[in-house]
Amino acid sequence: MNKSEEGVFFLTGKDFTNAGAASSNLKGILEKKGVQPSIIRRAAIAAFEAEMNVIIYAVAGMMNYYVTPEMIRVVIQDMGPGIENIELAMKEGYSTAPDYIREMGFGSGMGLPNIKKNTDKMTINSVVGEGTTLEFIININKTS
Amino acid sequence: MKISEIRHILNAVIISRDEDMDTDIMRAYCADLMSDVLAFSITNSLLITHLTNAQVIRTAEVADIKAIVFVESKRPDIETIAMADGKKIPLLVTGFSMFDTCGRLYEKGLRSQPDTDFFNE
Repeated sequence: MNKSEEGVFFLTGKDFTNAGAASSNLKGILEKKGVQPSIIRRAAIAAFEAEMNVIIYAVAGMMNYYVTPEMIRVVIQDMGPGIENIELAMKEGYSTAPDYIREMGFGSGMGLPNIKKNTDKMTINSVVGEGTTLEFIININKTS
Repeated sequence: MKISEIRHILNAVIISRDEDMDTDIMRAYCADLMSDVLAFSITNSLLITHLTNAQVIRTAEVADIKAIVFVESKRPDIETIAMADGKKIPLLVTGFSMFDTCGRLYEKGLRSQPDTDFFNE
């Protein structure tokens, strides 16, 4: 794997039929590039949690990915309600998800902590009423 | 433990098209919270759950889950089954409760983590 690759997936809020499709595609791309499975799993889990956040909370969003021989960088940007208190949102178990989301098995307040746990670097920028940008980096060469 | 064996232990029916009953499954994890599956499950394991929506299949794919058992005779809809077929994830349905499903598989040697017991199947 020596070539860099980048791309974008568009996400639609409340589209639960296709929720997860972007992360699934990203997983396929990483598999094709021969990235080691444990790294792919971390990237797919982090991307999936971030994607679900967009589907659950936002109107729309996009997932940009950049894969180099050294790292995977994913930027998920949404037009959504924004996060009022990021510190609180990072706490395991804290969630503002409505009941119907919980019935789907999500909204248990583990999303952002899961992303942090599976990535080497994660940053969130959010403006209430405008949207949220979440970026994470996973190093490929570092043993995990 | 082979999927065929799991099917036998749980008196389960296979509802997906995947016929590879010889796939070997080493670990199992049960949850109805998909974030917990993403956070704690082990690769190539069996997922035992009540939930039957499409996100369960996506979660399984992302977390490298090998097969899914739906308990209490819960069945996903046709679209969800088709999605699992596309991703080659076998789906089983058992009439047993979550507790009994886990108990039966545990009794036969399936474990969640490598260090919970010696795997002697």
